[in-house]
Amino acid sequence: MSVEASQGGHADLEATQDRNRRFSSGNWWLYVLVSLGLVVMVGPFVWMILGSFKSQAELLSVPPTWLPAHFSWDNFQRLFERLDFPRYFLNSTVVAGFITLANVAFASMVGYALAKLSFAGRKTVLLLVLLTLMVPPAGPITIVPLFILMSKLNLVNSYAAVILPFAAGPFGVFLMRQFISTIPDDVLDAARVDGAGEWTVFRRIVLPLLGPGLAALGIFTFLQAWNGFLWPLVVLTSDEMYTLPVALATFAREGQYQADYGLLMAGSCMVVIPVILVFLVLQRHFTQSIAMTGIK
Amino acid sequence: MAQSGAPAASGRRLTRRNNLVGWAFTSPFLAIFGVFLALPIVASLIVSFTDFDLGDISNPVGTDFIGLSNYSEALADPKFRKAAFNTGLFVVFGVPLTILLGLAASVALNSGIRRFRALFRVGYYLPVVTSIVAIAVIWRFMLQPEGGVVNVMLGYLGMEGPNWLGSSTFAMPSIIALGVWRNMGFVMVILLAALQGIDEQYYDAAKVDGARLWQTFRYVTLPLLRPGMLFAAVITSIGYLQVMEEPFVMTAGGPLNSTLTLTMYVYEQGFHFFNLGYASAMAYLLFIAIALLTALQFRVLRTQT
Repeated sequence: MSVEASQGGHADLEATQDRNRRFSSGNWWLYVLVSLGLVVMVGPFVWMILGSFKSQAELLSVPPTWLPAHFSWDNFQRLFERLDFPRYFLNSTVVAGFITLANVAFASMVGYALAKLSFAGRKTVLLLVLLTLMVPPAGPITIVPLFILMSKLNLVNSYAAVILPFAAGPFGVFLMRQFISTIPDDVLDAARVDGAGEWTVFRRIVLPLLGPGLAALGIFTFLQAWNGFLWPLVVLTSDEMYTLPVALATFAREGQYQADYGLLMAGSCMVVIPVILVFLVLQRHFTQSIAMTGIK
Repeated sequence: MAQSGAPAASGRRLTRRNNLVGWAFTSPFLAIFGVFLALPIVASLIVSFTDFDLGDISNPVGTDFIGLSNYSEALADPKFRKAAFNTGLFVVFGVPLTILLGLAASVALNSGIRRFRALFRVGYYLPVVTSIVAIAVIWRFMLQPEGGVVNVMLGYLGMEGPNWLGSSTFAMPSIIALGVWRNMGFVMVILLAALQGIDEQYYDAAKVDGARLWQTFRYVTLPLLRPGMLFAAVITSIGYLQVMEEPFVMTAGGPLNSTLTLTMYVYEQGFHFFNLGYASAMAYLLFIAIALLTALQFRVLRTQT
């Protein structure tokens, strides 16, 4: 066994199979358990989609129906008549898009400077980034001064107010610094000897090597921004500026819609389904990105 | 470059050039980071020592420093205490449950499940990527006392479910369960990656020593998972201490404040009543709790290897 283990690829495969075999005797019950878990995890989303196609009468019936008696787009129609969902969608896209772009750009640049350049104050910058990792941007701890600041800058109820506090996150910088540290100095020095400036080294050599890392950071940041709630709720004061979660939460709490679950399920679909679709397409990157952020 | 200068002068010039390049790469970030992330952390502390309210935004002259009054007021405020207690419940029950279920799922998927592994992984992770607000709306629908799918299913099993969100006994446990449901996938993915990184030699050695399945798990797998579990626990705790969306959408903090959380109360005091100084003081107490809990976890989970 141990002889085989030292023989590289073939032995690795065998080792994995062996690992699987160790627990595999009569584990059908494990499949049942894990499948039940899957129903609990995915079921609510299925229930949401089914519910969005049911009439109000059918939603109120006891016991509830599983499949809609007849599929109807009525809830979505009412949703679009009463609430400007395309506008919320646009707001969320603009906000999450800019936050993601800014983070990817800043994180790679600052990560490079902290990992590979020597300059006065580097350690201080790094320390600042590490210290703020624990304090979530625009979370409960900082919303009060941020709101005062935005009022002073006359930015309340603007895209900029939502974007700025999330644009320069310490997490991405930290992640990219870890990534860039693994690039051997020889590669960079070779380019420098050839007369390349730091900007060229960064653009031509470092950036291309960061591909998977930046993709992971981008996905992660976009999701957080898309789902962000507290700060947009505080700083956006008029309906036409609301992002999707703020719009959904606001009308889910209003008396007239509170029990209108057809409308609420249609609204939830509008918030959740785009993310689920993107997730299913990019799921390998997603789980990889989380694993990467966790292991480093 | 600078070949004609004396070595010392060229060295100095090089240092200056390096500094210039370094700051060129970092200063755009630092400007935004400083103003909108770092500064507010300090400003929040300063505001917490004042009686800052709505009028002071346009005319800060009227603001007075009132020392620790906001803090003593908060600690005596029964609503703040209730919110702190509820948030504590969410962390004390939510974090271990999330870690435990995430651990169970990761071990099951890593060792027992070969077929459809990707499907299970994607399914378990699905709630993590979706908006908590939307999830809270969906669960509010499913937890309705009459005709809600949860109670209907319980009915099939011969049990009568309570009015989950309308009862001060069951509302907080429901919200904790929702938190666990949403976040266990995150823990699972972290630990799955950690499990796959464990060298097979450890297992071989355990086998040679005649270790049983449980012993292998207890003395080989679990210690090697400690860094991953520390990371998952810290991230989950920091998130749970700030819980807000679920009660905001599902119960509005009720019934009888039984689901009011710290972040919700900070939001209410700050942006309904505009007691901004008071809200900042409570936010800082939350900050201290986050720092203490993180430090504690590092001590407990790091030293026991």
